[in-house]
Amino acid sequence: MLAFRFLRALTLVHRTTPNSSNAARSRRIQRAAFASMAYSAGPRRAWSRALLCRFHFHRARRRCAGRSRTAGVPRRPSTTGSPADGLRRLVPGGTEMDYCSLLEETADYIRCLSKQVKLMQSIVDSVGPGGR
Amino acid sequence: MSSRRSRSRQSGSTRITDEQINELMSKLQAVLPEARRGGNDRVPAAKVLQETCSHIRRLRREVDGLSERLSELLHSADLNTAQAAFIRSLLM
Repeated sequence: MLAFRFLRALTLVHRTTPNSSNAARSRRIQRAAFASMAYSAGPRRAWSRALLCRFHFHRARRRCAGRSRTAGVPRRPSTTGSPADGLRRLVPGGTEMDYCSLLEETADYIRCLSKQVKLMQSIVDSVGPGGR
Repeated sequence: MSSRRSRSRQSGSTRITDEQINELMSKLQAVLPEARRGGNDRVPAAKVLQETCSHIRRLRREVDGLSERLSELLHSADLNTAQAAFIRSLLM
């Protein structure tokens, strides 16, 4: 569950960054947000796999380094400057997808991103000055 | 007469048709906030993609801003209190 994972990640950030700057902590929270999203979505989606690979790469610098990210999906050379190019850069793993997969993955990515935003907003509302 | 047949985008062994692409476009439009679902005229694909890019950027900025706010709140508040407050809000 997204909420559980994110709260757990927040706890970890809180414990491990007591004296860090706000900017550093904020960056870690942002990473935690994307990590929670990716873990919750699991490996069934290409965008979550791409994010998970990125996180593991940053940690281990080994798993995804030599392995090609193609994973069987043919890399299609896209027209420079096409609207789809911008989308490919925004969706994790987008540069490796064919056009149809890109559309499908984008819709799922937006749904998950929206849920994450709502979750974070709920936490802010609960904890903030107006919260109980 | 060469009528426009299904555009064959070969990814592996599957041929993707225009209808499939249109269907995927509709699904994408449905998750956008300004989805013009009631309109009769079809929104051009390029416009849908542009709106999608804008929407994703907007969501990412929101995650950015909320991360900053959470960082400030967690620094000032006790996390157990924060968690308890949040869990309470989920139960209500």
